[in-house]
Amino acid sequence: MKWDWGAVGDFMPQFWDGLLVTLQALALGSVISFALGLVWALLMRAPTRWVTWPVGAVTEFVRNTPLLVQLFFLFYVLPEWGLTFSALTTGVFAIGLHYSTYTMQVYRAGIEAVPVGQWEAATALNLPVTRTWRVVILPQAIRRVVPALGNYVISMLKDTPLLMAITVLDMLGQARLFSQEHFQFTEPLTVIGVAFILISYLASLLMRALERRLVH
Amino acid sequence: MTSGLWELVLKGVWVTVQLLFLSALLAGAVSFVVGIARTHRLWVVRFLAGFYTEVFRGTSALIMIFWVYFVLPLAFGWQLVPLWAGSLALGLTYGAYGSEIVRGALNAVDPAQKEGGIALSFTPWQRLKLILLPQAVPEMIPPFSNLLIELLKGTALVSVIGMGDLAFSGNLVRLALQESAEIYTYLLVIYFVIAFALTRVMRGLEKKLKAGVGKTPTRGISPQQELKRAETTGVGASSSGGVLG
Repeated sequence: MKWDWGAVGDFMPQFWDGLLVTLQALALGSVISFALGLVWALLMRAPTRWVTWPVGAVTEFVRNTPLLVQLFFLFYVLPEWGLTFSALTTGVFAIGLHYSTYTMQVYRAGIEAVPVGQWEAATALNLPVTRTWRVVILPQAIRRVVPALGNYVISMLKDTPLLMAITVLDMLGQARLFSQEHFQFTEPLTVIGVAFILISYLASLLMRALERRLVH
Repeated sequence: MTSGLWELVLKGVWVTVQLLFLSALLAGAVSFVVGIARTHRLWVVRFLAGFYTEVFRGTSALIMIFWVYFVLPLAFGWQLVPLWAGSLALGLTYGAYGSEIVRGALNAVDPAQKEGGIALSFTPWQRLKLILLPQAVPEMIPPFSNLLIELLKGTALVSVIGMGDLAFSGNLVRLALQESAEIYTYLLVIYFVIAFALTRVMRGLEKKLKAGVGKTPTRGISPQQELKRAETTGVGASSSGGVLG
């Protein structure tokens, strides 16, 4: 097997296109998972079982089944129900939904870690429920959960290649396309493998910096 | 669904179980070897193990599957069947995550236990086998249980290289029936049932292992009976206690 630098050069334009799609999917998927995870976590604190039981059952089901099959489900079933989205939109939603079930647990732990005295102080000040959450509880809880959320950003990055299975041309999709056109597998697959390692390393550095900034 | 299509799905379940078993075995072996290497006294061994972990944790399992299936044959000239390629890629990737579990559990053992082993002139291997692992393994079960569920979900990825696992069979059935909602719901439920069963098995194992920690080999015998036995046999009662017993 010979390493062909020419093939690496030829692959580069497609690589940048794929990288852009991967980063888009990662950014939008992260936003959805962080927002939806918070919604699930707040719903799980509802006083009635009519809310907590269905939310718990759905999130447990989503968390314990493969993201790839969920992607297929949304990609092929939504159009049957009259809802047609682009492959990227469907993929981003699937990633966001899947990871929201993980971020929900992170938020839950963060909320439970806020000292009881903070709740009591808010009650003593006669703060309304929404203000208690917005001003007292969530700022403290979110500060605690940033490192754990950062880990899930890296996990999401590593799951974005699954979007290739529903025809999205992300980094892996572009590498596969290039391989099929030029019959060269080693160079494109190695380039994107190294790119993933670099991006996840950079992401972990960024998360560490953010963590330091929030703590101090 | 006709019986022929059900047969296809059941065959997919069987392939998924085989893939899960093989990749879990490999991941377990890699986890222990790399995890123990990460606690080694030689920095070269620690560095190499750490490098392995960072590389395999930093890249996507799907890319690893493609790499093993398409690039390895070009490098070595032999073609792996999808089952072996998938097991190898998943085992190596999830083994890197598992190695962190092993390292964490070994580091969590009280340092005094290790010092006790040194005081008793145990070799490093004896310390590991008789002192560290018996205490660390029960702590590893809950995170390994999560890893096993992740591995089960990861097996679906192998369908992209044409392996006849559950996700692949489900896609074939969807094409045959042109019925997406029903087929994918079945698939999700089957994966959930397997994951649920795995969780139960691992929880049982955890209970069993935790029940064994800290118990003496003479459990069920009262302290008075133990003292009497020590007097009659000449073996000190205290020598049978603890994790070293």
